[in-house]
Amino acid sequence: MNKTFKELADTLNNSPAWQQKYREIMLLGKQLPAMPEVLKTPDALVPGCESKVWLYLDFDLQENCLVIIGDSDTRIVKGLLAIILSLYNGLTPSQVLAINAFAEFEKLGLISHLSPSRGNGIKAIVERIQTMAKQKSL
Amino acid sequence: MFTVEKIRADFPILTQQINNQPLVYLDSAATSQKPQSVITATERFYTQQNANVHRGRHTLSEQATSAYEAARDKIARYFNVQSREIVWTKGATESINLVANGLSQQLDKNSSIVISPLEHHANIVPWQQLAMKTGASLHVLPIQSNATININACVKFLKSVKPTVFAITHASNALGNITNLGPLLRTVDEFNTITLIDGAQSAMHLQPNLQSLDCDFYVFSAHKMLGPTGIGGLYGKYERLNSLLPNQTGGEMIESVSLTHSTFRDAPGKFEAGTPNIAGVLGFAAAIDYLNSLDKVAVHAHEQMLFSYAMSKLNNIDGIKIYSDIDSNIGTICFNYKDEHPFDIATLLDGYGVAVRSGHHCTQPLMTHLGINGSVRASFAFYNTVQDIDAFIKALQESIALLD
Repeated sequence: MNKTFKELADTLNNSPAWQQKYREIMLLGKQLPAMPEVLKTPDALVPGCESKVWLYLDFDLQENCLVIIGDSDTRIVKGLLAIILSLYNGLTPSQVLAINAFAEFEKLGLISHLSPSRGNGIKAIVERIQTMAKQKSL
Repeated sequence: MFTVEKIRADFPILTQQINNQPLVYLDSAATSQKPQSVITATERFYTQQNANVHRGRHTLSEQATSAYEAARDKIARYFNVQSREIVWTKGATESINLVANGLSQQLDKNSSIVISPLEHHANIVPWQQLAMKTGASLHVLPIQSNATININACVKFLKSVKPTVFAITHASNALGNITNLGPLLRTVDEFNTITLIDGAQSAMHLQPNLQSLDCDFYVFSAHKMLGPTGIGGLYGKYERLNSLLPNQTGGEMIESVSLTHSTFRDAPGKFEAGTPNIAGVLGFAAAIDYLNSLDKVAVHAHEQMLFSYAMSKLNNIDGIKIYSDIDSNIGTICFNYKDEHPFDIATLLDGYGVAVRSGHHCTQPLMTHLGINGSVRASFAFYNTVQDIDAFIKALQESIALLD
């Protein structure tokens, strides 16, 4: 990931029309490093999504930080994943727990994508990340 | 006279703005919108008529019972069948389950069940369960690679299987394709086959005369025909219907009860245990009144016009692949754009206020048959306009430009 969340949020907030915002989101998805096929296991597949969403979560003991790798077969969800990754990737568990993805998505005008009816798996992904952070901070 | 502007005024939801744009509702195959008369009927029940039915001799209860049974008569007339052949259920899914479970004692390992690859999961899974329970064999009608039905091939197949049960859709929910039921049902007639037609999509668009269709069972959901959610029904030819075992037992479905033994009422009563969805039934009756008030021929012509207009517009867009049958369709278009994910297309269309469905439409076997994971589905109803189609096409072109 080359862009920090702050840079990325600035770009999105500077997109006046919703179309431009979606274009940026899809671009972020395109820039997301490819997920190695071997990590796309059935366990990594987030259930209940209309699109296919994979999430690989690991914990780097040495650096005490979360390692998050994700992918999706849709452009928009992949872009939303990129935003989530820029929020959380490489952070320590306590840093992860201090970030509220819902509040950040609200500020970006993307909160509807975290609604339960969207079925895009983004909500489930945030929950999985938070759960791991909680376990590791114990 | 059919004037779509006048019709639209009856549907309060259609004046809404979605994402600051006028709502273009192209998801009627998922659920239809409701006219004010249906909303009023449901509300009126709770404000003025609420009482339980078939119980108690007080005035409200008697009025509620009369209105409730008059609704049954109304639905029966709509399909040209007898009132005692109509069972209230939650909808088409419950109706199919009622039949499949109700047949569990009538099938055994020598029985055979035929379904088609066009079916909604609701018309597949209950039959798989019935086959597992009884040992019956499950067969799949051989449809063509484009999902249309070659009658000769299917007639030949049915003659070779001689099915005990034959369940098929009247119109595909994913594609809108209308099944030419006549020759298929006539073929299995000589084998005394129990036939079930999934009418979820056809009940409003085709308003079938079930007596002349001559099937044993026909299932429908009110919410896909202007009525409320959570109510629908099952039509069954009386002897066949009455031969089914009840799915649920309890109050109201019994004739007499002692602590060790009970006897059941005849159909439809024995399938209607517990307090029914009375408000739903009355709303459904209002929906039927509304449908009956329309000029059927004009409504059908309008829907077909919207369908061909949208088809021709879509065909003009490079990279669009359409899976629906153009020749015989209730007004549903299933399509994809190049390799783009239907989820992305539907999400962008929503930004323009256009409501479509994306995904597998609860028809995974059909998607597999077509060699796709999913599709975008635009489905029309008589309250849609040419302007809706124009707005949809414009939004689609702009969405495509964002993706390309």
